[in-house]
This record gives sequence, C-alpha cells and structure tokens, in this order.
Amino acid sequence: MISQETVAYIASLSRLHIDDKENAGYVKDLQDILHYVEKLNMLDVSQVAPTSHVLKVENVFRDDVIRPSLDQGVAMSFAIESHAGHYKVPKVIE
Amino acid sequence: MDLFTLTAAQLIRLIASGKASVKEIADAVRSRLKETNGKTNAFIRSYADELVRSGPCPIPIGIKDNICVEGREVTCASRILKGFHSPYDAGVIEKVRFSGGILLGGLNMDEFAFGSSSESSSYGIIRNPWDLKRVPGGSSGGSAAAVASGAAVWALGSDTGGSIRQPASFCGVVGLKPTYGRVSRYGLIAFGSSLDQIGPLTKDVTDCATLLKIIAGYDERDSTSVAVGVPDFTKALQRDVKGLKIGIPKEYFIEGIQPEVLTAVQAAVDFFKKEGAIIQEISLPHTEYAVATYYIVATAEASSNLARFDGVEYGLRSLPDKARKSGIVDMYEETRAKGFGKEAKRRIMLGTYVLSAGYYDAYYLRAQKARTLIKEDLDQAFLDCDIILSPTAPTTAFMIGEKVNDPLSMYLSDIFTIPANLAGIPALSIPCGFDANRLPIGLQLMAAPFAEEKLLATAFAYEQAHSWHLERAVI
Repeated sequence: MISQETVAYIASLSRLHIDDKENAGYVKDLQDILHYVEKLNMLDVSQVAPTSHVLKVENVFRDDVIRPSLDQGVAMSFAIESHAGHYKVPKVIE
Repeated sequence: MDLFTLTAAQLIRLIASGKASVKEIADAVRSRLKETNGKTNAFIRSYADELVRSGPCPIPIGIKDNICVEGREVTCASRILKGFHSPYDAGVIEKVRFSGGILLGGLNMDEFAFGSSSESSSYGIIRNPWDLKRVPGGSSGGSAAAVASGAAVWALGSDTGGSIRQPASFCGVVGLKPTYGRVSRYGLIAFGSSLDQIGPLTKDVTDCATLLKIIAGYDERDSTSVAVGVPDFTKALQRDVKGLKIGIPKEYFIEGIQPEVLTAVQAAVDFFKKEGAIIQEISLPHTEYAVATYYIVATAEASSNLARFDGVEYGLRSLPDKARKSGIVDMYEETRAKGFGKEAKRRIMLGTYVLSAGYYDAYYLRAQKARTLIKEDLDQAFLDCDIILSPTAPTTAFMIGEKVNDPLSMYLSDIFTIPANLAGIPALSIPCGFDANRLPIGLQLMAAPFAEEKLLATAFAYEQAHSWHLERAVI
C-alpha cells in the first residue's frame, strides 16, 4: 500500500515540490499502477538474467584523445545565472 | 494537383523533370502548414528562414521537438525547457541537412514523449486530421498529424513504446521504429535510453525506406549506435512474398480489440496467404507482461534522465515563495514542480519509486528479468518466421479527453507496440483500412534485429496491392 508519507518521501527523492492535493492524487495513481505491475510476481524469474541492453554490445571504448567540444562560453550562455564562468545557484550549505 | 499531397518520391521526380522547383515545393508545404496548423496544432514552431539547399533529397521535413536543431528552440513540449536553444545538431539532423532536407519546424508531442494521445503537451493538445475531435495518438502525434494533413512531406519521430507506430496507425501514415542502434540517438533528448529510437513517418513505404536510408548509420557519439552498413532500403522493395513465413501471435488477438481492427488485420493475413506467404500461428507467451515490464523499465530510465532538468544549466528556474526556505534543494523542487506537467511528474515519481532502496529488486530488477523473457519469446519466434504480423493498436483513434484521467487505460493502448522496444527489434505500422467512422486502421509488422529490408519489402508488397495509403484526410 502506498501511503501519503511514502508519496512525500518519493517526491523529495524526485526533487518535486507537491502539495497535499497532489499527494492524494499520487497515492491513487501509484497504487493503481503498482497494483497492475504486480502481475510480474506471477513469473518465475529465479533462473533468468536481467536485460539492460538488447544488443550484445559491451565495452564501447574510444581513444583517449582531446577533441573539439562545445566552447565554454557557448555552454554557459544557457545558464540561468552565472558568474565568472561558473553556474550560480542558491545557498547549498545551511 | 496540390504539391503538398504528394510523396517525397513523386516530388523528387517532379524536380528531376523540371516540372516543379525545390522552392515551389517548400512554399506549397509551408503554406499548407500555415493553413492547417490552427486546426491540428501539429507544429509548435516553424522555421520561415530555413534555407533551401541542394542535395539529392531536398524535401520539407518536420522534426519532433525532442531532436536538437542547432540554433533553434527545442523544448520536448515542456515548460522546463522553454527558451532553450540547442547549440548543436542531432546526428539525424546532420544527415537530413546533408541530403538537402528543408527543416520546416519543431513538431508538437506529448511532454518528454510521455503519452499515447498527445494530450500532455504544454503547447496544447494535437488534433487528428481525420477527425478533429479525436487524438492523433502519441507521443509523436505532431509528426503523424503533420504528414497526414500535408503540413510536412515526411517527419521524424521517436519511439520508446510505440510513439511512432501508434500515431502512424491513428493518422493513416507509415511509421517505422528501426532496430535499436540502427539510427544515432546523439541529440535526441533521452526518455528511456535502452528503448528510444528515432524513425521516419511518411505517406508510403517507399518514402519510409528513403528516409530511413538518410538517417541510418553508425555514429560514435552515441555509444549504443551499432556499426552495421546502411543498405539502400529502397532497393529491397519488391512485391514477391512467396514463401515468406509470417507468424501470427495468438496473444495479440485478445478480447477488447475493436472488431473492425480485427477484420482489417485478418484481411491482410488473407492477402499474404493468397500471395503465397506461409502463415503460421505462433505463441509469444510473455506478451501479457510487456506493459507492466515497460512501465517499470521506461519510468525508471525516465526518472534518471530527467534528473538533469534542475534549473541550473539551462531552461526554467523557479524559486519558492518567501514562506518556504530558499536553499538549492528548494530551488530544484520548485523548478521541477513548475516546469513538469502532470504525466511527467507521475512517471518521475513511479520511476523513482521502483528504483528506491528496498524496492529495486522487487520492481526494477524483476522487470529487467521479465524483459529477458519477452525478448527470448521474440528471438525464438524469429528462428521460424521472417515477419510477425499484428494490429498496431487495439482501436482506432479515441476521443480527446477519453483516457486522460485513466493513466492505466492509456498505457494499455501501447500493448502491441511495446514488445518491439523491449526486444530492440524493428517494427512498422502501415494503413490497412478504415473503420465505420472513416478512421484509419494500422497493421504492425515486426522483424528480427537489422531485418528492416525484409520488413519494408513485406510492407511494400501489401501497399502495392491496396490503396489505403492513397487516401488523404480532408482538412
């Protein structure tokens, strides 16, 4: 069962501010969807390996050489706030 | 003859014979876009200043708004990316430009490609050109609606669980999800990285083969791109299906499918049989677990991919009001609360839950194992058949608002398209009829990894003997 506390905890892990009304909506939505996906419990997967990638591709390496990349000025130009080539953010440590 | 009704192949012939110029074609399609967009809302923005260039395929193309175009705003139809202009071209955009393609603009979509109806865009819903009261499908609803209405000759979409094929089905166009790794995802804003693939939406199979040839190919900037050659897919198109083994998965013919969809798909089966294909019933026993598996794997990957939208490097930043604290975490939480829409938040929450400590094994790991079983079903099936045939979607286009408050019923509209993403195989949808309301019905064909030539040839054989693809929505 999904409780309001669980939803509040998941919202904080998700870095989403939600109000009480939204919380109640997520309780129902998550409950419905998690109830539906519980059908996977009917499968015996004890001898099955997980699939994270569909193709047999492993260890994709490339040469360790410096190549042209986005200019720092261009990358920083999208910053919401910046100062002297750094991103500026609200207070990190209380 | 209106130029906007023609296929890319027809237009290229007109250009070659001097009967129409590239500029005339671009002007005709742009004016059709202007004329129809107020009704369909297929495009979020159009590029009036895009140069007409030279190349073998100077065709006006629409681009789903999750594919980066240098210097253009790219938003994934989300508030959180509003105002973001991409500093580079996606791999597929470089290839389209190289072929001479004329970029028409950014196509509307479900926010971050989360949806099956194109109702979750922050730029407003998209309407189906065949019936403006109905959804065009999703998430590439803008791509499908634009091609179906002539507002683009062809378009690029992306498909994570059916997001090219299901809207293609609902709008009566051809849509292909290539093999995972066939087309570079460099510059595609990620949703479910192990599932996403860019592909074409076109008016017919020949155009589908042509556009796939343009966009396919290895790209070292996408580490999941596969170094296989790019055949001339158009050369594979031929009408002979004699001896072709077509599997009909019994698990795909379930209760709840609209009867007219069943009838149309059965007629397609009869056609292939008459033409000498070998029809065999097959079983894909884990099909019923596909939607549950998908909604764990895809939301887990989405919650991780969307963590990058945090109000720091680009896009929206929103600060909490004075009553609350105002540290960096409060800024993250407020930015994401204001920037993401309802379905995006729902999926981030679900994905975070299934990855969270104590639930990872029960949900995410179990789903990855179920994914193995679903993939093995398909691997096994392709040992004995060339093509798997099914409906693309259980119904034709549904009404706007019909499923918007019932996420689970919305998710189930992808029931036949999801397995191809979980297994990484190519699959396409072609028009195979109309229902009593004159809404298009889609036929799905799937093939083994990198067997796109066989897939396109089979679709071509069907298309050449039918005229569904010649019907145009009146709008």
